[in-house]
Amino acid sequence: MSFDRAAIEQKAMRMRADILKMITLAKSGHPGGSLSSVEIMATLFFGDVMSYRIDEPKWHGRDRFVLSKGHVAPVLYTSLAHAGCFDMTELATLRKMKSRLQGHPDHLALPHIEVSTGSLGQGLSIAAGIAYGLRTEEKGNQKVYVLLGDGELQEGQVWEAAMFAAHAKLDNLIAIIDHNDLQIDGHLDEVVSLGNIADKFKAFGFEVIECDGHDVNALKQAFDDAANIKDCPCAIVAHTTKGKGVKFMENEAGWHGKAPSDELCDLALNELDIVTCNSDSASKSASLDEGVR
Amino acid sequence: MSDKKATRAAYGETLVELMNEGVDVYAVDADLSGSTTTAKLGKADSKRLINVGIAEQNMIGVAAGLSLTDKVVFTGSFAVFGTGRVYDQIRNTVCYGKLNVKIAPTHAGISVGADGGSHQMIEDIALMRVLPNMRVLVPADYRSAKAAIRIAAKVDGPVYIRMGRADVKQIDSDTGELDLGKARVLRRGSDVTIVACGVEVGQALTAAEMLEEKGISAEIIDAFSIKPLDEQTILNSAKKTGYVITAEEHSIIGGLGEAVSALMSEHPKLLTKPLKRIGVNDRFGTSGEFDELFREYGLDAQSICDVVVQ
Repeated sequence: MSFDRAAIEQKAMRMRADILKMITLAKSGHPGGSLSSVEIMATLFFGDVMSYRIDEPKWHGRDRFVLSKGHVAPVLYTSLAHAGCFDMTELATLRKMKSRLQGHPDHLALPHIEVSTGSLGQGLSIAAGIAYGLRTEEKGNQKVYVLLGDGELQEGQVWEAAMFAAHAKLDNLIAIIDHNDLQIDGHLDEVVSLGNIADKFKAFGFEVIECDGHDVNALKQAFDDAANIKDCPCAIVAHTTKGKGVKFMENEAGWHGKAPSDELCDLALNELDIVTCNSDSASKSASLDEGVR
Repeated sequence: MSDKKATRAAYGETLVELMNEGVDVYAVDADLSGSTTTAKLGKADSKRLINVGIAEQNMIGVAAGLSLTDKVVFTGSFAVFGTGRVYDQIRNTVCYGKLNVKIAPTHAGISVGADGGSHQMIEDIALMRVLPNMRVLVPADYRSAKAAIRIAAKVDGPVYIRMGRADVKQIDSDTGELDLGKARVLRRGSDVTIVACGVEVGQALTAAEMLEEKGISAEIIDAFSIKPLDEQTILNSAKKTGYVITAEEHSIIGGLGEAVSALMSEHPKLLTKPLKRIGVNDRFGTSGEFDELFREYGLDAQSICDVVVQ
């Protein structure tokens, strides 16, 4: 696998379309934060960043991914589907009875998920534990990637984990902050201000990289730089837009955890076509259509 | 007294034994490794004890992560912090994900003594018992605690082990029969069944001797495995005596007493007298010495006798 900017961007647009369709079909879910983290996930999974084997999900040499902000499960599911972990049509089962695609990630249901999440604030601790455990094995240099929301940083446990990760010099731990500035009840600064997130992680002993979280080149550079950091964990603060790619959702806290109607979904999908211009066929062929519509 | 030992004394040394036997065992503690005795594991191999500092939530999360790299992981701290403060972490990460993490804090119950009500955890069995995928073991003495730790290390998935700070007398009985879902009958009797766990097993055995002087023959069962509960052993005894009393150093709400009550309610014809539950009666603990506290809270042998003859 090598890094192909255009291919990743096209993948990201297809993932956006999948996310919108899945959540519309499920009639509930979290579009805002799923859409803000699409490029982060696409770069991680398809940008020659993470090592993994599709048909051997528990391969010992794999890098690990923890979705600390478990409510954006749709972006994880669409990443796994595009990676080939399961058939695209299964995306249509999101949040349905007996689906492997539970409302929040369930690793007992789906082996490609490292750990069940959903209660915010716990992922960095779990990732730190995995990073520590991998380090004791001395069998390679597997990395642990963990995606956190910015609102999630209000959970105190995140900072317990940050303190520990720096103390234990976990340089195989890379935290990515989806910094979209919004949480359910509004703007971060209206709810409880986090101040400068990059400075906070620096103060806790992390090496911090800031980048545009929708620019796959910048993300790729950030991941490459993060991989070379020694003796301390890394935090990538990815500046993003909540609801990215769908005008009526962008920067609207109201779209944090609400499904669009069928009409609004169509509107959003059409808009994606406009945004992506030449990827018209790509988003239209997104395979959910085959399974459900 | 030399034959007295705390259940917590079994903790660190049994982890070291397991390590020496080739188990890939780790402990994560939160600045209480000396008190819980997990420090012994750290002394044997420094990488195997992770001290996260005074950060219990992170303790559970790091333990969860370690277990995902195929380690057998035990957590520490005091029962009040190691269960109550981290309930959501245990629920949503450890139990929901069925991770191989053993929640094994010490200093449970009012026998903690002088530290008082803030530190005397009497709701832990209730909190852990209600969680799907969780098993609950309450060892009665030092040797039973060693057995509990070994059992927990052997089975996959979450286990709660309740250990205490107070030195308690060794029970003169084999621990070989202890297992998940297994209770042991420590004394045969025909008039009343006393089902006890933890330090109350010793109190119940003393009570049985006192009752014998009054001509009452008490059967004493060490419940040990609160979840799964050894229903058959309890039912067999109830069939014989028709009279069941439970005793635990825990709230009467949600613990052993309620587990046994629920069982007996499904077999209403076995009992000739109403079941009685001995425990902390919906109140917090307080500072005091072991003997004072057990008298005040109605948990000492004399109180058990009084309930039996009531």
